[in-house]
Amino acid sequence: MRVRVQADPFDLGAEANAFVARQKGAQAGAIVTFTGIVRDIADGLDVMEIEHYPGMTERALDAIIDQAHQRWPLADAFVLHRYGRMHVDEAIMMVATAARHRKDAFEAAEFLMDYLKSRAPFWKKEHSAQNAAWVAAREEDETALNRWSD
Amino acid sequence: MIEVLYFAWVRERIGTPRETVETDAETVQALVDQLRAREPRYAAAFQDLSALRVAVDQELTDFTAPLAGAREVAFFPPMTGG
Repeated sequence: MRVRVQADPFDLGAEANAFVARQKGAQAGAIVTFTGIVRDIADGLDVMEIEHYPGMTERALDAIIDQAHQRWPLADAFVLHRYGRMHVDEAIMMVATAARHRKDAFEAAEFLMDYLKSRAPFWKKEHSAQNAAWVAAREEDETALNRWSD
Repeated sequence: MIEVLYFAWVRERIGTPRETVETDAETVQALVDQLRAREPRYAAAFQDLSALRVAVDQELTDFTAPLAGAREVAFFPPMTGG
């Protein structure tokens, strides 16, 4: 499985171990994982709500993973992303990559992060006691994509 | 007939997550123009297209995209995953 989209919390350790275990025999000398965690905001975050587009979300993530496989000699890549309501310090998402060498695994993980931030249909809304506001897309997230275009 | 979906603040501004729209629009832009003419809430949501993104049949595209054969069009703000 390359993509998982779920509302439930996930166990980072268990997911990372499962990813490592499924590389047996693949000569994957390098495994990189990245995890995104809910940060607090100035107002004090009650709940982070993430909306997504069921169907398109899975397709978009799958397409991004395809691109990563085309660009780097990866043994494997995995993206897990949550939706729904979560709290400060909870894990939102993770990516994992496996390759023969670490440079490919690190670069592919960064590529997956850069692309899924602004090309996978997720939208974050921050709820505080006083306010609820959709998170605005950041210019630097868009410019981060440019370094991969060649 | 086309399924039109709205997400995030676009959904909130229009007041529904999805609706079936009877349309002869040949492009996304023509569909937007028809929706804008319906009611002020649509005009408000589609006021600034540079603040919106569009997907046709679950593929990101742009407002000039043709709608021939399309079953589903979705409008939403720039994505903020990760």
